[in-house]
Amino acid sequence: MSGLGVVYWKELADYLGSRKFIILFLIVALTAGTIIYVINQSVSSDVSQFSGDFLFLKLFTFSAGTIPSFIFFVSFFGPLIGIIFGFDAINSERSGGTMSMVLSQPIYRDALINGKFLAGITTIAVMLISIIVIISGLEMAVFGIIPTMQELARIGIFFLVSIVYIGFWMGLGILFSILFRQTATSALISIMVWIFFSFFILMVANVIADQVAPLGNNATLELMGRNENIRNMILRVSPLILFQECTTAILNPSIRFFGISTALKSMEVIPGPLSIGQSVLVVWPQFVILIALILVCFAVSYVVFMRQEIRST
Amino acid sequence: MKPTQTVLETRDLTKIYNGTPVVDKLNLTIEEGEIFGFLGPNGAGKTTAILMILGLTEPSSGEVSVFGYNSTREPLRVKRITSYLPENVGFYEDLTAWENLFYITRLNNIPEKEAKVGIEEILSLVGLSKVKNLEVGKFSKGMKQRLGLGTVFVKKPKFAILDEPTTGIDPQGVEEILNLIIKANREENITIFLCSHLLYQVQKICSKIGIFSKGKMVALGSLDEISKKILTEKSNRLEISFDNTQDTARLVESIKKLDGVLRVEKRAEDISLEKIYTKYFQEGS
Repeated sequence: MSGLGVVYWKELADYLGSRKFIILFLIVALTAGTIIYVINQSVSSDVSQFSGDFLFLKLFTFSAGTIPSFIFFVSFFGPLIGIIFGFDAINSERSGGTMSMVLSQPIYRDALINGKFLAGITTIAVMLISIIVIISGLEMAVFGIIPTMQELARIGIFFLVSIVYIGFWMGLGILFSILFRQTATSALISIMVWIFFSFFILMVANVIADQVAPLGNNATLELMGRNENIRNMILRVSPLILFQECTTAILNPSIRFFGISTALKSMEVIPGPLSIGQSVLVVWPQFVILIALILVCFAVSYVVFMRQEIRST
Repeated sequence: MKPTQTVLETRDLTKIYNGTPVVDKLNLTIEEGEIFGFLGPNGAGKTTAILMILGLTEPSSGEVSVFGYNSTREPLRVKRITSYLPENVGFYEDLTAWENLFYITRLNNIPEKEAKVGIEEILSLVGLSKVKNLEVGKFSKGMKQRLGLGTVFVKKPKFAILDEPTTGIDPQGVEEILNLIIKANREENITIFLCSHLLYQVQKICSKIGIFSKGKMVALGSLDEISKKILTEKSNRLEISFDNTQDTARLVESIKKLDGVLRVEKRAEDISLEKIYTKYFQEGS
């Protein structure tokens, strides 16, 4: 790949020295601080919440009152971070006049997109690893809980899924930065998509599900199941929901199904934690869809970018 | 003398936007060592032609090759030996002049040691040695233009395409840059493709001129060839300057007596701003 490495190192150096990175660092520090504080507070008020298997993992999925869990933090702020790194990747080069300078050098065009993407992902990965290590470390120090190998492996998978998830949002940001000439436009549109998939999709899913399978006062169990299925199908268009399902199942070994069927089917099975392979199988479809979404973003980005004119004006 | 090589060759090169041909069957050949001046009004399709030469835009039909490499199919090979200075050149504003040049050499796979030596040379050549560690964001337009010229020569090209290299530069700087281009052409044997609206510059340095209008090359050749075609005037004019202490009337009379003189006209010297400017700054500096 001609030029990929060069673009990657240059962009990485840019990102690590940029204002974006400082903002990101503050977000990370705040999140880690909040989570540790919350856990500390609730444990001292009620120790009984923390018992049973996989204690270490519980600290990642734990939410108390108004403060959401770590998974929720990542599912909510991850997109924002991805968008921050992606939204001006290409159109800022275009408006700065650097694009024609760079692309008149002997490099492939996609090296520019790939290099920027990989550099952004590396930066985000460094952030995410540091926040996970901070939380884990403080937990070990404060509560004296030592993670088992399986827990570590699950945290590793969680990290991987998070990177894929944030990577999708960054890819989307890059796509919009190719499609729109103005950085303001691409930023706004990225944020619109994010808000749609975070909030509006819930309403949309409810409305459509109720239209297709209306629930009356005396709805049958079958109808309720159908309504729920339709709702879930629509919700799973949203990367946010996919990510939440994925990571919840990975960090909570007792989850076997999602949706209303959980309650029904779980009556028939012996309760107990799943092995790590089984947990991965549960969320495999969700994970594959996330990967597919990234690939779609990239495919469209490549096609559009290859055909674009590189004018300096 | 080595046999000269064809640097650029286009065959019926055409680009059509929305049904309108912007570049219409362009046939152009540039030989090694030439300085080619590409003239034309705004919107004539000059930039589109350049983009096709570099393989940054696909032609609608026709072919273009640089040193025998097809620009559309082998753009990387073409771009390895060709430098391009875009009309509105931009740099990474957070990086210093040195870092910007270094990035270019990295993209061209020039070994680090060689690159570092080359960058210092280029910086002194374009007169930016003193500000090499200054962020480009703080540069003036003229300094950026000089740095742009630096990016052209730092990759040691065989062929350089310069789109308006002297915009935003003060007259003395223009002179320096033109000399730089001539020097690169003579000493490094870099073939130059120069786009400019400033006819005076083109006339001064170009060995071959092409006039491009509405997508078509309307005139092509050396300045003499073109002027022979266009100018049908039979008489030649000769301008004579002399200092004003002389008896002008007597001089005029004696010139009139010479054979073949049609008309003698006495005029005070035209005051051109350029002359004043050059004089002032050359004496002042």
